Amino acid sequence: MKKKNTFKTFVSDIPKNLFSGFVVSLIALPLGLGLALASGAPPISGIIAAIVGGTVVSLIGGSNVTITGPGNGLVVVILAAITTLGNGDMHQGFLFTLAAIVISGILLIILGFLRMGSLGDFFPSSAIQGMLAAIGIGIFAKQIHVMFGNTSVKGSIIQLLIKVPEGIINLIKTDNSSMFYAGLVGIVSLLIMIFYSKIRNRYFQLIPAPMWIVVLSVGMYYYFDVFAAAEYPIDKSILINLPDNILSNFAFPDFSKVYELSFINAVISITLIASIESLLSIKAVDKLDPLKRRSNVNKDIKALGLATVISGFFGGLNVVTVIARSSVNVNNNGSNRSANFFHASFLVAFILLFATELRKIPLPALAAILVFTGYKLASPDNIKKVFKVGKEQLYIFLITLFTTIATSLITGILVGILVTFIIHIIINKNANLFFKNVLKPNVLMFKEDDIYYVSVKNFSSFLNYTKLKSKLNQIPETEEAIIDFSLCDFVDDSVMENMSNYAQSFARKGGHLEVIGLDDSKSISNHPFSLRKIMPKQINQINKVLTKRQKSIEKISEEMHWKYDAFSAQEMEELPTFGYFKTREISKVTNVLSNKDCTIFDAHFSEGKMIAKQTIKATMLHIHTQKNIPNFTLDKEGIFEYILDFAGYKDINIDKHSDFSKRFYLSGKNEEKIRAFFTDELILFFESNKQYHIEASKNGLLIIGDERLASVKEMKALAYFGIGLEKTL
Amino acid sequence: MFNAELVGVHVGNKNEQKVVALEKLLNEADALQKPFNAIWQGGKPVDVILQTCTKQNIDLLILGAIQQENLFKYYVGSIARKITRKAPCSVLLLIKPSVERVICKHIIVNGLKDLKTEETIKTSIFISKKLNCKKLTIVEEIKQEEIHVEVNDDRSLRKVNIVKERIKNREDRRVKNILKDVDCDSLSINTQSIFGKRGYSIGHYAKVKRADLLIMNAPTKLGLLDRIFPHDLEYILSELPTDVLIVK
Repeated sequence: MKKKNTFKTFVSDIPKNLFSGFVVSLIALPLGLGLALASGAPPISGIIAAIVGGTVVSLIGGSNVTITGPGNGLVVVILAAITTLGNGDMHQGFLFTLAAIVISGILLIILGFLRMGSLGDFFPSSAIQGMLAAIGIGIFAKQIHVMFGNTSVKGSIIQLLIKVPEGIINLIKTDNSSMFYAGLVGIVSLLIMIFYSKIRNRYFQLIPAPMWIVVLSVGMYYYFDVFAAAEYPIDKSILINLPDNILSNFAFPDFSKVYELSFINAVISITLIASIESLLSIKAVDKLDPLKRRSNVNKDIKALGLATVISGFFGGLNVVTVIARSSVNVNNNGSNRSANFFHASFLVAFILLFATELRKIPLPALAAILVFTGYKLASPDNIKKVFKVGKEQLYIFLITLFTTIATSLITGILVGILVTFIIHIIINKNANLFFKNVLKPNVLMFKEDDIYYVSVKNFSSFLNYTKLKSKLNQIPETEEAIIDFSLCDFVDDSVMENMSNYAQSFARKGGHLEVIGLDDSKSISNHPFSLRKIMPKQINQINKVLTKRQKSIEKISEEMHWKYDAFSAQEMEELPTFGYFKTREISKVTNVLSNKDCTIFDAHFSEGKMIAKQTIKATMLHIHTQKNIPNFTLDKEGIFEYILDFAGYKDINIDKHSDFSKRFYLSGKNEEKIRAFFTDELILFFESNKQYHIEASKNGLLIIGDERLASVKEMKALAYFGIGLEKTL
Repeated sequence: MFNAELVGVHVGNKNEQKVVALEKLLNEADALQKPFNAIWQGGKPVDVILQTCTKQNIDLLILGAIQQENLFKYYVGSIARKITRKAPCSVLLLIKPSVERVICKHIIVNGLKDLKTEETIKTSIFISKKLNCKKLTIVEEIKQEEIHVEVNDDRSLRKVNIVKERIKNREDRRVKNILKDVDCDSLSINTQSIFGKRGYSIGHYAKVKRADLLIMNAPTKLGLLDRIFPHDLEYILSELPTDVLIVK
């Protein structure tokens, strides 16, 4: 019986997964080509990885809404492997690297069977941050030259960075028109990537930024081809190179170097980065899953390993779980693994149908996407975040970063671990604490009065975090749990960060997780993830100087006799229950205006991850209703809804009010109750007022105007709308 | 209190000064019902005490101990621990002896599936009555391996919790069976199952619960190998959570 139901939902979900798979494939196509190019591999290899990954992992994987394909973390490793293994011959190097990819896939499968999927847990978070930043800088340094139309620059990462100003001057002074136009395309593409998220037009947003770049650059080619008198100014050598017959020209791995040290080195780094990147992504995507499912990490690792092996044999890159594409999937309502499958299918269709068009894409356009990716990985924001946790974290971060850039990834991460450990010893002035207790089973869990109680002893850091984690994973997230660190002499930032992640996922699923016992411990900084420090929900900056907007909000609050607060903890807790925030992470709620039942506030939240990440601030109204209301969504009707309608959503039409039904898009689960709820009076109210996006849940009504901060005037209008609506109810 | 004869063992030569000091100590303490029997003997402390135990037919050996061993002592063994490991009788390890007797409020006893457990639980009930202790918790430690299922996703998590519940009920039944024919009206006896490494978790639990006395089964046999790969009692001995009574 139950099985049939799941099958039914699966079938009924197919249209929307088809849709989101399509959107994801739009972003996966340029990313796949670009990542492969940046790795020094033939562009098609990235697409092969995405196609194989999407097919295999969707069939046997253990996660739900993740998208798999070539990953950006691996770019640097694969590029290094191709150069060192090929001794200058890129093609031969690629064949050797394919062999390394196949073997790393086998290693991943073994890791999955040994349940060692949690390899990433053994690395301190600052060291991983440092490593990722180093990868970002590596991608950035190499691709920025390509973006300027110069594909021939060579050198180490540091040398490449030093050459950047030179590259800009060259671009301006150059008399080579091909290079000049190519550079121009690159810069325009970068601008599209940067300003894409600033434009909140939903028709524009329907196509992801990387696809806009592809569409525009291919469009430019046809403009020159058909309309313009001049020749296409970009030389063929700077255009993307795809094999003439895509179906037959697979590269095959060359296993003849298997026993060489450099080969083994490549295998280890590829496996390490692949598993870390996949794990971080799976964890992050689980937090976005609207249905709040838990991924089977080890099963997923096995599937990724198998996909990597197959992809390697067909001449494709590693298959990893990728965060940016997965978040696009979630934002487009992908709900199960079929989205990943459809993304692969659409890629096959694209590559077969549009191969000629794809050959017209200039490399700088793709490089621009990668420059943006690299920047996002190593953005100053990340460094700032690390620094906020504590000064010592910055040391770890920077040491790992520079060692990775100067040597290799493996050396970098090992040095990072070592430095973290040494710093922990210095902070504690006691090495014995670690050596004596590292192997002891230091976590005790028992259930008492239906509350899970977890006590941690001695110390808790990245060294023994798996013990704590395995216990925590046994607690259903719908329950209540208390983590007691009072017997711990030392808790490090990796653990604190993970605890806050757990707290979040418990809150999402209706449970509660609390960390206690750190009140009397000293901390390095006042950041919540700081070493041995209790976590506040929100950092209150009470003494902050109010801005002009805040002052005027304060003024109207006096006029209207509403209460004004700079922050609200209650809203932070209640907001996640609304459907709107299922896939969006709220970071802050500020400027709260409230009377008895209505609250107007600015919510800061983010949508998507990595390059698809957009931070949005929007003003919203939250009404705590007295009576129970059914869950529903009410929106303006438009073309966009027709698309959604096609993708499996249903508009509830109310018979007597055809005008209302035409103008509003109403949807929800319990149709009967919603019909009963929408009385004539209420419909009249909605018809005669400005149209907002309205959502109802058990915590009341959430009313959103445009997805941006409202002006003071708009806030007033919103407030009156709220008061009116409340009266009508 | 237990109506028993107290035998003091002093390892070392008898001299005037020490006798006076001891007399003074005894005078300060509550009067004993039976005469105090002091034994003065030279030699290696461990051997002497162990010998005396056998010779005098001692039922309970009381020792003072430090709370944590360092790495060197852990392998070589402090006096108290050596004796504990080898003693032929029950041993009481005191980590915080005080002149004023601290009222014992909470006793924790292990409820392992073991032949000796029944005896241990009965002893602990006897002691709690004697000490006027109102609260007794029987802790069943369940090994992680007994669950057999690994948590991977939501479904296996549900399964694990069902299995846990089942094991918990089984253990509870077993302990109830033991308690069936023991009179324990004046006591509130709780059972608590914990999942974790045997021996280690009960100590951890005792510490978390701030128990005043932890009562354990005596292990069957302990060799050096057990100390390198510690289990059960060795964990408790390496990190005494509170006063510990080992029942033999």
